[in-house]
Amino acid sequence: MSDILQSLVEIVGERGVSNRPEELWFYSRDPGVLAPHLPDYVVAPKTTEQVQRVVQLANREGIPIVPMGNGMALTGLVIPLKGGIVMDMKRMNKILEVNEKARYAVVEGGTSQGVLKAYLQDHHPRLRHSLPDAPPTTTIAANVALHGQGRLTQQYGFNSDMVTGLEVVLPTGDVCRIGSPSIGPYWFSKGPTLPDLSGLFLGWLGTTGILTKVGLKLYPNKKLREVELFVTDRVELVPEILYRLTHLEMLEDINVWFQPVPLVFKDNFHITIYFTGDTEEEIEFKRKMVWDALQEFIDSKDGGFMAVEPMKEMLLEMPQRGIAAFADVPKGGGFEYSGPITLIEHFPQYAAKVVELAAKYWVLYASSARIISGGHSMMFSISFAFNRVDPDMMARVKAALDEATAFALEMGGIPWKPNFMEQQMTLEKMDPNTRNLLLMIKKQLDPRGIMNPGNWEPAR
Amino acid sequence: MEYAHAMEHAEIVHRCFRCGYCKFPSDYVDFNCPSYKAFGWDTYSPGGRMWLIRAWLNDEIKTSARFAEILYSCVACDNCKEQCVFLRFKDYLPDIFREAKTALVNDGKIPPQVSDYFKAMIVHGNPYRLPQEERGKWAAGLGLPEFSGQDYLFYVGCVGSYDEAGQKMARSVGSLLSEVGVSLGILGSVETCDGNEVRVLGEAGLFAQLAEENIRQFKELKITKIITLDPHALNAFKRVYPTLGGDFEVFHFTEIFAGLVREQRIAFSKYPAKVTFHDPCYLGRHNQIYAAPREILKSIPGLELVEMRRNRENAFCCGGGGGNFFTDIIGPGEESPARVRVREALDTGAEILAVACPQCAKMLADGLKGEGKEEELEVVDVAEIVRRARSK
Repeated sequence: MSDILQSLVEIVGERGVSNRPEELWFYSRDPGVLAPHLPDYVVAPKTTEQVQRVVQLANREGIPIVPMGNGMALTGLVIPLKGGIVMDMKRMNKILEVNEKARYAVVEGGTSQGVLKAYLQDHHPRLRHSLPDAPPTTTIAANVALHGQGRLTQQYGFNSDMVTGLEVVLPTGDVCRIGSPSIGPYWFSKGPTLPDLSGLFLGWLGTTGILTKVGLKLYPNKKLREVELFVTDRVELVPEILYRLTHLEMLEDINVWFQPVPLVFKDNFHITIYFTGDTEEEIEFKRKMVWDALQEFIDSKDGGFMAVEPMKEMLLEMPQRGIAAFADVPKGGGFEYSGPITLIEHFPQYAAKVVELAAKYWVLYASSARIISGGHSMMFSISFAFNRVDPDMMARVKAALDEATAFALEMGGIPWKPNFMEQQMTLEKMDPNTRNLLLMIKKQLDPRGIMNPGNWEPAR
Repeated sequence: MEYAHAMEHAEIVHRCFRCGYCKFPSDYVDFNCPSYKAFGWDTYSPGGRMWLIRAWLNDEIKTSARFAEILYSCVACDNCKEQCVFLRFKDYLPDIFREAKTALVNDGKIPPQVSDYFKAMIVHGNPYRLPQEERGKWAAGLGLPEFSGQDYLFYVGCVGSYDEAGQKMARSVGSLLSEVGVSLGILGSVETCDGNEVRVLGEAGLFAQLAEENIRQFKELKITKIITLDPHALNAFKRVYPTLGGDFEVFHFTEIFAGLVREQRIAFSKYPAKVTFHDPCYLGRHNQIYAAPREILKSIPGLELVEMRRNRENAFCCGGGGGNFFTDIIGPGEESPARVRVREALDTGAEILAVACPQCAKMLADGLKGEGKEEELEVVDVAEIVRRARSK
């Protein structure tokens, strides 16, 4: 046994480390289109102390270390581009605290979205968190680390905006608490009124530290949820429709989606409007407000509400299982998407680009935009499905996604959870002083460059 | 496409997205894949297996002891099939895992525990390495007749025949059925293993032999209706034997008891007890029998039936399926499925953990010992509960 393996076994036990071909093969890849790269070891810690000791070892030996949740970003963020250690965080899955009155939860760094949802339903039914539509195995820490979104993002912003405190193992092995838990026992603020140090870790894709605990805002869980589906075939009207809906300041979530199959959805833009209430009266009031807001488009015959009953169960499901099922449309087990954050007013250009790319690269698309923070921006997903046994199709999807990212940057958008090449494109586009600041911070935090190396690094 | 190993469903293995829905029950309360829960590596989850099988078919990984352990730690509980979001191929997941094991069997590269199991089956006809003549000893003193044209064959299987906990359950069920006047016979020392575990462990040839022998014998004896003690046997008889020409009416004993209760052929006295019921995978997810055992328990006056957090389609396996009852690939420990399940039962505040499968009975009794909670909870089969509550 090598010295490194022996040291890892001493830290996490024999069942907590593997260098077997099976684990190395599996943890060398994600379900997206990027090429795999083998790690040297996979470790699965159970405590912050174990994370700390593994990081100290990696720092001492100069071994790359890649934190991993469920690996569902799809953009290769957990692929160990330079080998080393992949750290599967999912055994750190305890819900440590829920403060009902202050509406926050504290969870370990591998806690899954699904488990928190179920826990709140069982023990704090008046509370909910901003559940993404990603599979329930995805972790809360990974989601906030890449500025994920969720069901409450329209109302309250990115899920990373909902962080109320962090515990982070720095690349040197020091353990830091960020925000109010650095001062006292409570996890109610990630920054204010202190300097907001959470910005050193959120959005850095695991290159500045490993999140071992996350405090997360919880929100009122209303007794009733409802959905309406507005449809228009005039893409240029979508921004105004969204503007009027967000003006209401009363909607849970707004998604805009379009796809060519099945044919019933072709050539239309579907705006799914979610709202909640504690009484039927509240629901009906909100429904009336939604209808009133869009009445003008109905009168001009530019759109209308679609009968939602046949799809209601699917639309109200959290998370929506059908999203993962998109991977099997070409009977091939894969899809990947570019999800730039951009202005709602650019929706028509992005929509045209999706269709253009799908035709150019002969791939199947689906697109769904999620409104962020009352309309200040949106996440516009450009999704392409592929067949995993068709390398040519995978290459075409990759080329289409690369072009989508280039387009988003041209349009002034920001790539979401960019792969390492898209990060390079983003750094190139970035103001040089800002880029220097970013790289300087990274260097200061991780002087040996062991954390998820290859990410947030400029092209050589 | 040419693959390194032959598998009937090789062409769909790549379609798994490994999204992980298969790890959970429908409400995501905890991991519901027993081997993933126990080992904690993604490779031991259904999605991990699918991806590794693909890598193995493509010769990107080699057959190894680890790969075999990953495949054989699957308890065939069908949770993955229940939860997978891919409606067009999810039903084939258990087949794919079984076919991969069959390929390992054909290559002779299986874990030693599995090899030992097969050897015992081939030499002795049972995994306990006990003589065939002792197969009927469980019925000693009960006065149950050999089958000779009665309405039902009462089939007990290997665990009911040889295992102490299984024998106890077989005696409870057999004597009760007889006492309430169900016309039944047993095969005793000429009973043959149903082969369910042989099949799921991948020994297709041996399974075919066992199944053909049973079908031959059942037909020869003009058996048309079978009551099984063990849901694993129920599964083989009901789901697989028809594909080999063995069409019989097959019932689990809880279905028969539920009918008897409905017909008021079993009367109860008051039996004040708080009881929770563990759904056996081969009764529940594999054969969708959820109501019968509950109907029995609910009909007992004074008995309070409380559900575990995960129940029916979402029940967490005891860890005994997929042959693990015999091979113990998952092994003991705090995260072993039986101990996890016992903790869940304890959370209900029940004093009795009701079971309807001899394998579950043994696994959960061992799990209870492991937890050191034998003073707080008792593992009791449904027939024994009926016996205790029955009006004399």
